[in-house]
Amino acid sequence: MLLIIPMMWVLLTMVFILLRVAPGDPVSAAVGGKLDPTVIAARRASLGLDRPLIVQYFEYLGQVIRLDFGKTLSDNRPVLDIIRDNGGATLTLTIGAFLFALVIGIPLGLIAGRRRDSIADVLIRLFGVITYAAPIFFVGLLIQMFVARPLGLPTSGIASPRTQFMVGSAPKTHILLFDAALSGDGNAFMDVLIHHLLPCLTLGLLVCGVFIRLVRVNILQTLQSDYVEAARARGIPENKVIRDHAFRNALVPVVTVIGLQAAMLLGGAVLTENTFNWPGLGTQLVHYIEALDYPAVQGLVTFFAAIVVVVSLAVDVINALIDPRVRYR
Amino acid sequence: MNSFFGRLLAPFRNTTGLARWILVTGLIITGTFVIAAIFAPILAPYGFAQMSVAGVDFPKTSPPGPGHLFGTNNQFYDILSRVIWGAQTAISVVLLSVVLSALIGVPLGLLSGYVGRWTDRILVFIMDALYAFPSLLLAIVFAFLLQHSIGSGVISAALSLTVIYIPQYFRVVRNTTVSAREATYVEAARALGAKNGTIMGRYLFSNVIQSVPVIATLNAADAISTLAALGFLGLGIQPTDASEWGYDLSRALQDASAGIWWTGFFPGMAIVGLVMGLTLVGEGLNETINPTLRKRRFRKVTLPPRTPGREEVGS
Amino acid sequence: MSAEPIVRARDIRIWYGTTRGPVKAVDGVSFSVGKAEILGLVGESGSGKSTLGRGLLGLLPDGAAMDGELTFEGVDLLAATPKQRFAYRGTHLGMIFQEPLTRLNPLMRISEHFSETLKTHEPSISKAEIERRSLEVLRVMGIPPSRFSSYPHEFSGGMRQRLMIALALVLRPAFVVADEPTTALDVLVEAQIIKILHDLRNSFDTSLLLITHNLGIIAEACDRVAVMYAGQIVEIGAVDKVFADPQHPYTRELLRSTISLSTTALHSIPGAPPDLVDPPTGCAFHPRCPDALAICAVTRPIAYARDGGAPRSGSTDVACWVASAKSGTVTLTPAEAAPLPREELADADEA
Repeated sequence: MLLIIPMMWVLLTMVFILLRVAPGDPVSAAVGGKLDPTVIAARRASLGLDRPLIVQYFEYLGQVIRLDFGKTLSDNRPVLDIIRDNGGATLTLTIGAFLFALVIGIPLGLIAGRRRDSIADVLIRLFGVITYAAPIFFVGLLIQMFVARPLGLPTSGIASPRTQFMVGSAPKTHILLFDAALSGDGNAFMDVLIHHLLPCLTLGLLVCGVFIRLVRVNILQTLQSDYVEAARARGIPENKVIRDHAFRNALVPVVTVIGLQAAMLLGGAVLTENTFNWPGLGTQLVHYIEALDYPAVQGLVTFFAAIVVVVSLAVDVINALIDPRVRYR
Repeated sequence: MNSFFGRLLAPFRNTTGLARWILVTGLIITGTFVIAAIFAPILAPYGFAQMSVAGVDFPKTSPPGPGHLFGTNNQFYDILSRVIWGAQTAISVVLLSVVLSALIGVPLGLLSGYVGRWTDRILVFIMDALYAFPSLLLAIVFAFLLQHSIGSGVISAALSLTVIYIPQYFRVVRNTTVSAREATYVEAARALGAKNGTIMGRYLFSNVIQSVPVIATLNAADAISTLAALGFLGLGIQPTDASEWGYDLSRALQDASAGIWWTGFFPGMAIVGLVMGLTLVGEGLNETINPTLRKRRFRKVTLPPRTPGREEVGS
Repeated sequence: MSAEPIVRARDIRIWYGTTRGPVKAVDGVSFSVGKAEILGLVGESGSGKSTLGRGLLGLLPDGAAMDGELTFEGVDLLAATPKQRFAYRGTHLGMIFQEPLTRLNPLMRISEHFSETLKTHEPSISKAEIERRSLEVLRVMGIPPSRFSSYPHEFSGGMRQRLMIALALVLRPAFVVADEPTTALDVLVEAQIIKILHDLRNSFDTSLLLITHNLGIIAEACDRVAVMYAGQIVEIGAVDKVFADPQHPYTRELLRSTISLSTTALHSIPGAPPDLVDPPTGCAFHPRCPDALAICAVTRPIAYARDGGAPRSGSTDVACWVASAKSGTVTLTPAEAAPLPREELADADEA
């Protein structure tokens, strides 16, 4: 809990050193050769890049505390605007992926754990290894070719142009899925939902292998635990033992791992978004990388770091709610 | 059906058997790729950036056939050749990054664990922060920086990957060192008058070195995916410098909607194969080194009929 | 003590399969427990005590095989379907374990443990009834009602063992297996728990199989005692009779090995417990037995009742060639009655 602040600080310092100190002059990197040196100097001054690094460092920290992530160089846009406009798509993508991972991974892990060394167990574990081994963009590509094409499902973007025009032009929450729901237009909502299907599935498959493995091992462990044997000795039937004793206890570590997977999921989101042309923060990051826009990359990466820290804090809180031992400690 | 498979799997259920089977399978798969990498100039029918042979241009995006076993892509490249040359790129990048990260991570971990105090705390903190950060993003940031300073070749790709794996070696080595430092035999050695340097070199290193191959192979598997991801995002190696599977997949993305499957399928399968091979080797090594990972289990037993004429105590 | 025993076990065998071959953890054990009787089961670690206790409740791990004859109030338990055995567990047969610290589900309140147990066996039970019955049994165990909705980790080891006993007794089982219930606890708590178990038959009319390696507990709490060695019962009978005048050399050596305030020199039995994959032929104790005869290495001893005849329910029995030869129940040939040569003893010890 208290580690959050120093951890955030280390990450911010790292980002600053990497993206501000290491590269030298971002302005000439982005627009050098195209503009007159005096214009470049003016741009530098307007961005405050001509001041000593230590001043810039503290200003950067101060900005982040005020939730200001700076401005882009290439199109002079506040990074916060990018987060507002594109963050929603990344959010719904990752949440949907998590739902897929949980819905697929936990039951499969449970089956594999209960039927240890059966054919089902071997096949499920193999599935887990393959989903982990296959790069997300390759899975996305296969899904596009072998699932989307035959079924006629969309493989690009978050909505069809019509929905984009109807709903996206007047955003209320800046999360298109919610905006579509709020608009009362059932077709638009279904359209956005269907666009979510394959990207969420692709990203979900990446994480579900981890869940399978984890749930399986935990079930095996809890089924051998002393309190499960004691419950059997009290005549609690096997299905109830599994549901009320083994399963609940096996899921406690899953919450912690969900927190660790958040980082992996964020990386996966960048790839998924670029595979499905998804208008999220990942495509924006790649766009600004291609534009050699250091301030934009710095702002976005800072935001990602903040998300990781916040998620790890949230996981601690959720853990305390689930496990009475943590709560009373 | 079930019992047939059950019997088929029976020899591998035994602890050492399964571990050995996993290891051997992994080694065979990985070995195939290594051979492809080393003998790429002999095995590949064409060069990785070759568009014509004897003045005759290759066909554009032609399906797999006799002339081009895996077909060609829209850059006129022969896909089979690019897959084989890609193995060379992937393995050399990953080998370089794994060696580099172990060379940095292991000594840092030893230092941190052995010296302790402030050095340890600061290093642990930095490494934990690095570890918490999404590894792909970290690699992206580094690839982005290095692209600008030293260009985008095998070296910069390897360096981008090195950063994300240092914390793993550091953590494992540091923890092993801390526990080994407390272990009685080190105390005994100190009591016998051995110098600190001797203790570090002899006892700790031999202890620590056991876990490094496992991390290295599992990291190598992860590094293959990450390298491909960088290539996919356009941050990796350029197609004319070397063949890279991730880059080929990014090119293949636009073919998918047109029903052209071969441009993405073969490089993709190459990634899956090599990652799986390395993962299996890592898991196999892990189970061989720590056999306690698998709990002892009972076998089926049938009670023989009783020998007649035996009497028992009791009621 | 009523004439008809609650539990009757005849020739029980429980074997585990391993890569080296079957482990004969329990190999031909017979005994009975009467109503409101406490039978102590004593033996070294690895003698099969705990396996036998779990086998009675049908709690053996996969890969264990059990046969013989096991009846509870006349019902054949080994012939029962798994579902029937589940129904018997808790309501008729209870179990108390060695490590109370890990036997309660850390995520469930004590009240949830009780309501789960009661609801499983009496689906129509009301909430008020659950609380009334749980609090009653907790009161007997000395747990205040205010702790009813606490979590397991909020209790001490001794309290958790009392909780486990309360949980086992809330369904009023007629027979309870207590597997080393005090081994993990300190001495003062141990005395407390033993007193509670001893009082059970007065408060609940419960029969008990008390597994322990502590002879003091047996003397304190039990009516009868069964001495187990290498998966077999070598001597069984009333505690005062067996302890005052042990007939089997193993029982005698075991009693000599106990440490009390009057102990001046420590005694131990030479050699180690046998390998149960390949136990010694004849009497399993013969390699370590100071009195072993030639026959002991060849033929398994026949049990007999001390007061004459075959073993009966409630009689005091022993299975030992030396003892039966002394009492005149069998007549051995001079070759059979020759002392076992020393070399062979050493050989057998090595094997």
